[in-house]
Amino acid sequence: MWFYLPAAIIYGVLFVVPTFASFYFSLTRWTIFDSEFIGFDNFVTFFSEPFLFDSLVNTMIFAVITSGAKVVLGLLFAVFLSSQIIARGWLRSVVFFPVLVSAVGIGVTFSVLMDPFDGLINQALGWFGVDGPGWLTDPDLALISVAMVDVWRGVGIATLIYIAGVVAIPQEYFEAAKVDGANATKSFWHITLPLMRPATTTVIILSLIGGLRSFDLIWTMTRGGPGFSSDVLASVVYKQYQAGFYGLSTAGNVVLFLLVAAIIIPLFWFLNRKEVDQ
Amino acid sequence: MQRFNRRGTAIAALLGAGAFALAGCSSSGSDTDPSESAGGGGDTMEPVELSFLVDNGGTTLGSVEALTAAYTAEHPNVTFAIEQRPGGSEGDNIVKTRLQTGEMSDIFLYNSGSLFQALAPTKTLLPLDDIANAGAIQDTFKAGVSVEGSLYGVPVGTAMGGAVLYNIPIYEELGLEIPTTWDEFMANNQRILDETDAAPVIQTFKDTWSSQLFVLGDFGNVLAADPEWADKYTANEVKYADGPPAINGFVHMQEVYEAGFLNEDFASSTFPDGARMVALGEGAHYPMLTFALSEIQTAAPDNVDDVGVFAMPGDSGPSPLTTWLASSLYVPADTEHPDAVKEFLSWVATPEACDIMTEAVGAQGPYFVDGCTLPDDVPRIVADMLPYFEANNTQPALEFLSPIKGPALEQITVEVGSGIRSAEDGAALYDEDVKKQAQQLGLEGW
Amino acid sequence: MSTSAGTPRLNRTYSWVSGLTAIAISTVVFIVPFIFIFFTASKTTIESSLLEFTPPTEWAFFENLVEVIQTRDYILVTAFVNSTIITVGSVALMVVVSALVGYVLQRRKSRLNPLINFLVLAGLIVPPAVVPTIWVMQGLGIYKTLHGLIFVEVAFGMAFCILMFRAFVSTIPRELDEAAVMDGAGPIRLFFKVIFPLLKSVIVTVIVVQSVFVFNDFQNPLYFLPGDQGATVQLTLYNFQSQFQTSWNLLFMDILLITLPMLLMYIFFNRQIVAGMTSGAVKG
Repeated sequence: MWFYLPAAIIYGVLFVVPTFASFYFSLTRWTIFDSEFIGFDNFVTFFSEPFLFDSLVNTMIFAVITSGAKVVLGLLFAVFLSSQIIARGWLRSVVFFPVLVSAVGIGVTFSVLMDPFDGLINQALGWFGVDGPGWLTDPDLALISVAMVDVWRGVGIATLIYIAGVVAIPQEYFEAAKVDGANATKSFWHITLPLMRPATTTVIILSLIGGLRSFDLIWTMTRGGPGFSSDVLASVVYKQYQAGFYGLSTAGNVVLFLLVAAIIIPLFWFLNRKEVDQ
Repeated sequence: MQRFNRRGTAIAALLGAGAFALAGCSSSGSDTDPSESAGGGGDTMEPVELSFLVDNGGTTLGSVEALTAAYTAEHPNVTFAIEQRPGGSEGDNIVKTRLQTGEMSDIFLYNSGSLFQALAPTKTLLPLDDIANAGAIQDTFKAGVSVEGSLYGVPVGTAMGGAVLYNIPIYEELGLEIPTTWDEFMANNQRILDETDAAPVIQTFKDTWSSQLFVLGDFGNVLAADPEWADKYTANEVKYADGPPAINGFVHMQEVYEAGFLNEDFASSTFPDGARMVALGEGAHYPMLTFALSEIQTAAPDNVDDVGVFAMPGDSGPSPLTTWLASSLYVPADTEHPDAVKEFLSWVATPEACDIMTEAVGAQGPYFVDGCTLPDDVPRIVADMLPYFEANNTQPALEFLSPIKGPALEQITVEVGSGIRSAEDGAALYDEDVKKQAQQLGLEGW
Repeated sequence: MSTSAGTPRLNRTYSWVSGLTAIAISTVVFIVPFIFIFFTASKTTIESSLLEFTPPTEWAFFENLVEVIQTRDYILVTAFVNSTIITVGSVALMVVVSALVGYVLQRRKSRLNPLINFLVLAGLIVPPAVVPTIWVMQGLGIYKTLHGLIFVEVAFGMAFCILMFRAFVSTIPRELDEAAVMDGAGPIRLFFKVIFPLLKSVIVTVIVVQSVFVFNDFQNPLYFLPGDQGATVQLTLYNFQSQFQTSWNLLFMDILLITLPMLLMYIFFNRQIVAGMTSGAVKG
């Protein structure tokens, strides 16, 4: 039992205690020096934010796009990068490179690359006669653009987790399947995919949580803009915190937590049960 | 863990020593010669090191570095450890968090007006009424940094105008007159659109804060029409959405967008882009704070005098210039060196300190300390501003008259200015937005 | 027996064709942004302001390098020292404590498990509460210290590591534990001598992922380690952003410099990741 001890102390003191404290503050009007108990008023205010619904929808869109793309691309990349191709090691590294850059660095770089006029992306499109859109300035496109950059940045981790899984599949399975006359596609569907379930669980859980809570990239690239069009729950909460509405923003954090928990915990339980069944 | 501990302390100690050195000779932006008055102080007082939190903007940082270097030269026992923080709302966060947790530096630089009010000054800050030169600080400034009759701040830097920067060569080429009403302004825009390649109005929405000027800079006109507007606003008796005069700023944004007067890359341009464009004549008008001067000085040093400024035109001229107070230096209530800090701040409120700032970062506008003067040869923007002050034709911006400023104004003005939302909707949405702020401050009537 | 993979010649063609295609695509998608960073970092201020994807007409790489390093009295050097200490310290601690939890959590079925699982998930989900955390740290006297920030990073990063370890411990056969216990190994020896080495691949993964996370973290240092003495590399980038507002070359030079350590670490561990995977995980 004492194996838990070091982790429990650090975690309990620096995470659990402050978190519970903040739950209390979500019920107060909390200014810089005072807090006054006001019951659930903060939650009422939070839910009457004019852009709450839009930002909820944006949060969902962002989470689903990014985690979906990371699962699919990650698995495909992993299978591909585990097959017999030249420069495999190099390619594996290249996919992982973006993971190594900070959100601020990526934000700065892609804001420049996605500039509607001077940006490399639209200039490249221009060579093909395509008039590129304002990736980050078109209200209908900004969120999707950031999601694409998030996939660009995060797919390396998904790929790494999947590669670990693919490599772990004993070669005998594939050889046996080959003897039975299965082709590559069949092997993928009947061997690789089912055995990838634990890895998929990890990738889905991590990227979905990351997507639902996603903040840093959205903040460095669009600050939720133009206007409010790429606001997600986390950026709304952050803006309230910046404005000094501490009680309100902690209430928002509680809402965010409950939302993520409501999605992740059943999913976690469901995916894990499947895993045990095997 | 022992090991980490010791290592951490050793490094902290090393860096502490580095910080001393830094404070001693860091005035890269200034020409002040430390040897000039080194012997002058001759103090035998205990050496103190004052920590000093400053935002990382070029002008403020340059001013503070020059001031502290000069002060240390005169008083060798007082040294400073300057610490930078980001500006904008990220910086607000840091200032509030550090005050709240009792970790504020001995001196810090922050905005005057409504942002200062939000720091709960009576609880967190040291009153400065008893510094020697408190009397030299002008009353307009004192009003922006006082609560319940106590003074909490000393100005650093100069007054600014929130107005329209314009490109003088374009005006000369087309023979345009400085507009005093909105209709004249729009007529000028139309001619610029028809007769030149320049964009009549520059907007730079990638730096969202820059989008607020049509609304904030129009406040002088609001006050001219209704001198009591700010008080009524604080008391929740008037709203932006009620119609003119307050809504005009939003309406103007919409009109400018709909007339096609904006630069084509308004959505992706930044504030430095805007400063460069108005200086080089890529655009004719840029609604902006006059502190853009320092940006123009770096981006287009040869064209500084091609840029002039006029007050945001309203329905009926001549419009007053909407002005912003300088930033201010504050002291947390729990500082360990109240006397040393007060002595320094008192010195900051002297003409000598003003001259040091002028030398370090150039003349940016009028100072708020009695006896401070500007050199005869000031940049055109400053020269254009001064007549408004001399004729007393200025009005403070809303944030210095009312503690209420909603956090989402910049997003809303981006939307109105890019045709995503109508002026009426935008004004109504902003009225909704300020409610939270008023409730947070516990104001009557909300 | 008609699979393409069956014949060696087709196999070779596949290897080359798809390899080359992949190299071409990955270069455009993943390498071009890095080349852009490098080019811009090597340009003069004026040329860099055009933000074009061209090699610099005039190479100013070293001038920019020197200027960035010298900015604000060599603050970048301080930042590198701090960031290195924080990253190494917190990742090392994280790996050990989380491996312990992950192992016990997977092996012992106990009534506490649902609770612990919940706490681990909560750690991934709940956004950290800044001000209460500072109060706790002040109470413990670890606010504004490097080791204080290390503990915070460990607390915030632990959940992810536990999740990873738990998943991979399940691939280690129980028979190994049992055999070791038969040989008379106590729980500590069992863990450190038998289990820990087998976790090599996941440890490397955790190290890489968490190092990147901690090294690139910007919000936690901003709040929990204020002051220039506590500057970390990401904070320099954040500050440079306003300082070098129009000097894109210097901004990108900073990005380049602070990305380099992670790139080197990755290249260093890259072999081990592959090796670790084949030796450790395959046996499961």
